[in-house]
Amino acid sequence: MTMAVTKLRVEEKLYQNRYLVDPGRPHIKVRPHERPSANLLALTHICPAKCYELNDKGQVETTSDGCMECGTCRVLCETSGEIVWNYPRGGFGVLFKFG
Amino acid sequence: MIEEEFDAIVVGAGMSGNAAAYTMASQGLTVLQLERGEYPGSKNVQGAIMYADMLEQIIPDFRDDAPLERHLVEQRFWVMDDTSHTGMQYRSDDFNEAKPNRYTIIRAQFDKWFSRKVRQAGATVLCETTVTELVRNASGKVIGVRTDRAGGPIYADVVVLAEGVNGLLGTRAGLRKMPKPESVALAVKEMHFLPDEVIEQRFGLQGDEGCVIEAAGTISRSMAGLAFLYTNKESISLGIGCLVSDFAQTMESPYVLLDNFKNHASIRPLIAGSEVKEYSAHLIPEGGYKAIPQLFGDGWVAVGDAAQLNNAIHREGSNLAMTSGRIAGEAIIEIKGRNQPMIRRNLALYKTMLDKSFVVKDLMKYKDMPALIHTNSRNFFMTYPQLMSQAAQNFMRVDGTPKIEKEKATTAAFIKARSRWGLISDVVRLALAWR
Repeated sequence: MTMAVTKLRVEEKLYQNRYLVDPGRPHIKVRPHERPSANLLALTHICPAKCYELNDKGQVETTSDGCMECGTCRVLCETSGEIVWNYPRGGFGVLFKFG
Repeated sequence: MIEEEFDAIVVGAGMSGNAAAYTMASQGLTVLQLERGEYPGSKNVQGAIMYADMLEQIIPDFRDDAPLERHLVEQRFWVMDDTSHTGMQYRSDDFNEAKPNRYTIIRAQFDKWFSRKVRQAGATVLCETTVTELVRNASGKVIGVRTDRAGGPIYADVVVLAEGVNGLLGTRAGLRKMPKPESVALAVKEMHFLPDEVIEQRFGLQGDEGCVIEAAGTISRSMAGLAFLYTNKESISLGIGCLVSDFAQTMESPYVLLDNFKNHASIRPLIAGSEVKEYSAHLIPEGGYKAIPQLFGDGWVAVGDAAQLNNAIHREGSNLAMTSGRIAGEAIIEIKGRNQPMIRRNLALYKTMLDKSFVVKDLMKYKDMPALIHTNSRNFFMTYPQLMSQAAQNFMRVDGTPKIEKEKATTAAFIKARSRWGLISDVVRLALAWR
């Protein structure tokens, strides 16, 4: 399956969800790097909201608007310093209707 | 913003935080509970099954007004391969009792209800407030928290960390380590809505009866994982989870696994025609007894998922969370009653009490299971499910092959896949870990 198709699949799912995005304050940042580590690269496939993507230079970038705040990327990449993860400000981020 | 000092600050309004806040507030302690979501439950995700006994110990008459979906009368365990499932199921009319034992719930609704009880008990609950930091005194004792709201720190004798599996405060403060990738599962879930009579027809249910399916096998693509389907009143919660370490290694996408599960021939007809209204993801602590971090210190205790208190084998979490929250609350009440300070030596009472409860006893029983399942995931989640399906099909398909030859073929398939020694050792190791 191509990346474009999987992206569409995730976007359809995330479209059901309710978010309050905090403009200009992304709660996840990826540390600048030349080549991503295996764990960082894995996030482009295993993040359930597909927040991580490869750019043209083979580096991993993140857009955290669809993030469901599960913490998978924290477990894999925070200790090594490859990502910085903070909670969104109070009231912002994903707001589960059912959970 | 808040000038006074509290007896206790509870960080988080999930199962463990609500249990702790309710227990303490109802005994007259001044409690401030802080929740970063818009409302209690807005950041919380669970399957979800709620176990009545543990809630009864906190709110005995919860059935009067708690938002409960269905009480469970049937449980199906499935081993799946790509085209089949081999199942065991248990259904009993005994579960249709005056005070049923297990209910499906929808967390956002349940947590709002629980939070109302916490407020009624006298606690101050503040939502849309993210705790950013623990405040300590010169000797290192936790004495309060800072939040992202205007104003200075808020002080309390003790801080209850009920911040969930993805809790930042405790790890940032060095009170516990980040969970290891092999100690947490990533689960994704969808909410499928259907009219209640359709759900009742499809699962053979009457009234508020409910059914649960839990399935393992090739759907997790050789990763250690479990899929589930829970019937709510007018919806079906359905999802799949696998260890984060396995996801990282295989680079499988969770939403692809979820769609494959939904499209499996055994599941598809059960959810046909449904309207999906939410997609969620959450981590589940799976490390068991050996992954339990330090549970208390000077001025703090950790409860629920933040303390990795989850029984992965029985898929119980919310009851361990509720019970640990209640016990932490009771320990704090006891220490306060003795007019003793909330220091490490005294808060050890929480662990002593927890060790005597089912929470730690159950986790101790299965202390070796996580390692066994993790190191043998391919056998348990790919090889055996395939063998089991072949054996069942071989037994049932009538094709003129003499039965003795069919049996020999089944035995040979098991030996070929795992070897005699491998089969014996799998059984022995499983039995030892279960013991």
